[in-house]
Amino acid sequence: MKKLLTLVTLLALIVLATSVAAQDAPVELRITWYDDGSEGAVLRDLLDRFEAENPDIKVIVDTVAYQSILEQLPLQVEAGEGPDMARVTNFDAYKGFYLDLRPHVADAAYWDASFAPSVLAALRTADDPADALFGFPNQFTVTGPYINRTLFEQAGVEVPSDTMDAVTWEEWTAAAQAVAEATETQYAIAMDRSGHRFAGPAFSQGAMLFNDDGSITIDTPGFRSMADLLVRWHQESLTPADVWVGAGGTYSPGLPFFVNGQLVMYMSGSWQIGALVRDVGDAFDWQAVPNPTGPGGSTGMPGGTMMVAFAETEHPAEVARVMDYLVQVDTLKEFTERTLFIPAHLGLGELNFQTDSAAAQAALVTFANEVPKLSEQAYQLQFGGQAFAINNPIRDRLTQVITGELTMDDAVARIQQDVDDALAAAASS
Amino acid sequence: MAIKRILSPFNWLLSTVYHLIIDLVDLLMRPLQNILGVRGMAYVFILPNLLVFGIFILFPMLLNFYYAFTGGTELFPENRPFVGMDNLNQLFTCEDFLSPNSCREDLFWRAVLNTGGYVISQVALLVFMALITALSLNRNIRGRGFFRSVFFYPVLLSPVVVALIWRWILLQDGVLNAILVSLGGERISFLLNAQWAQFWVIIISVWAQMGFFTLILLAGLQAIPTEFYEAAGIDGATAWQSFWNVTLPLLMPNLFVVLVLSLIRAVQVFDQVFNFTGGGPGTATTYMVQYVYTTGFANQTKEYGLAAAASLVMAAFLLILTVIQLRLGRRGEIS
Repeated sequence: MKKLLTLVTLLALIVLATSVAAQDAPVELRITWYDDGSEGAVLRDLLDRFEAENPDIKVIVDTVAYQSILEQLPLQVEAGEGPDMARVTNFDAYKGFYLDLRPHVADAAYWDASFAPSVLAALRTADDPADALFGFPNQFTVTGPYINRTLFEQAGVEVPSDTMDAVTWEEWTAAAQAVAEATETQYAIAMDRSGHRFAGPAFSQGAMLFNDDGSITIDTPGFRSMADLLVRWHQESLTPADVWVGAGGTYSPGLPFFVNGQLVMYMSGSWQIGALVRDVGDAFDWQAVPNPTGPGGSTGMPGGTMMVAFAETEHPAEVARVMDYLVQVDTLKEFTERTLFIPAHLGLGELNFQTDSAAAQAALVTFANEVPKLSEQAYQLQFGGQAFAINNPIRDRLTQVITGELTMDDAVARIQQDVDDALAAAASS
Repeated sequence: MAIKRILSPFNWLLSTVYHLIIDLVDLLMRPLQNILGVRGMAYVFILPNLLVFGIFILFPMLLNFYYAFTGGTELFPENRPFVGMDNLNQLFTCEDFLSPNSCREDLFWRAVLNTGGYVISQVALLVFMALITALSLNRNIRGRGFFRSVFFYPVLLSPVVVALIWRWILLQDGVLNAILVSLGGERISFLLNAQWAQFWVIIISVWAQMGFFTLILLAGLQAIPTEFYEAAGIDGATAWQSFWNVTLPLLMPNLFVVLVLSLIRAVQVFDQVFNFTGGGPGTATTYMVQYVYTTGFANQTKEYGLAAAASLVMAAFLLILTVIQLRLGRRGEIS
């Protein structure tokens, strides 16, 4: 019994010592993050400076695969096991779980004035306060194509956008095919396996997803036109089948084929600039070109990433201090200039992108010029709160057409059914 | 003597800790035994296992059952509306079950048909290959121990590792295609063609699992008394007749275990294939568990109710298999 008492006293002393030590420890916050290029390193650098000035806060950045942001993070957040903050692209998946930073940040008016109201509103539900601040966009993206200019020169084929203001997808396909044949390059053209990436070209071809009454119609001539073209790329082996067919049911980029010089034209977006600078180097000349034109205009898709805070955090005040630091003009300006991202902040002033790459500088200008051309439909898809129901069915059902499991008619009908089901399921919750 | 002196503080510490633990256990158990009696203590000892079973198996099963009758996309049960049989109706609304395109939930029926095809082909090949291998390894061949290890080795590998190794071999720019091209052949899209992908999924799972089942059959073969073969030999039986009339009947209990275990395992196929093909190309290698996972967790719209209903259908199928196993097993015991 005496020994037992000794043990209990010892344990009590250990607990006391631990709790005293814990009181002195800084508050630990976690950010779930993914990288397209080198932005994780830039963020760490910025946070190191923040921590030096704020020794009471330690920020741990958990870098995960992009797939985890799409699939695991929503479940973690919903189960109350999420991080304090995260970099997300699928804003809809976390609606209702965000932390309203307005009561905690030093100058909420600065937040309101710094970003497009529609972008801040994209994080809110109808039940949230109309002025809730759930996060901020730290990157604006535009989808658009890249070409391997060296291959065009080797093939002696003129780059269509050098001589024409408006180039159609069909004309680009023919040009890329001619280059691939002349240079014996494996593939002519590819697009990331993503409904988001497909949407811009489909809108350019005249697709009208959103009706005036708020309903959604998949089956339009414009949608079918782009879908048929995508299938043709596969049937004629113009595109690497690995991207759309070999990826199973998930997102898959065509970037490796472009970087390896196996591809003439690559439809992706502005976020790839950093990766292209890093991975292509001097291997060949690459160039971002304007989005092809069609009956629906010449539109890409807007997009971007948001830094958001979650309501489950135990330290809302400290989270707000970190977010307030990251949102400041100087911080965001440095982040943007070093990551080669298009800023979503409205007042960063003149940017001095930190790259020696002329291709990167030119690509940033090209993508910036794409922003005014983005269509209403494109904005509505990205920020209208229904993208979660639309993008993946388009991606998965079109893959079934490519593999021969569905006809185009069946696929279009199935996409409509999937979209309707997803919206109905979300509405019934 | 010196060692004893060095060890004595250690022994003292060990004995102190030991007695502290015993005292602590005694402190808890003695009053408990006074209340429950000696016989009642049995329940106390099975309680930890019962709790683990209840928390990690029984409770999720009941919760899954509840989810199958609710709708919406909310995670927590209290936020989910009751929808009765809607989810099961959605799964079973179909004009022709053999034509997934005619079904309301076509992806579910594609997964069911894929699973059916996989189970039949994989189990047949697996049992056949395991039997052939066991018969070969049961013979007195040189390096028998080495070959037994070689065939068992893949069983030790994680399914993810197996998938990644084979993916590396079979990709468009993989090892096998490199060999084919170096021999003057054409590249083959092993993972981009539905038939090839289905073929390799079966081959790889047989490769990965065969060792385990071979071991079961080998144990059965070694339990057959040699006298039977000697008697058959005296009667003039050929090798084939010995196999057919001696080996096979006496190996039947082991073969039956192998068949049932491999059937259940085949129905549950997921991790290896998911990492190998992702369910593609298209939905060619999407099986039932992947359908449940995708519907409930991977899709942006998380339809937990539909996923739970699909898992109930799968559970019913596995239950039937288990009942058949029990029935046949009992019949075997009686005979």
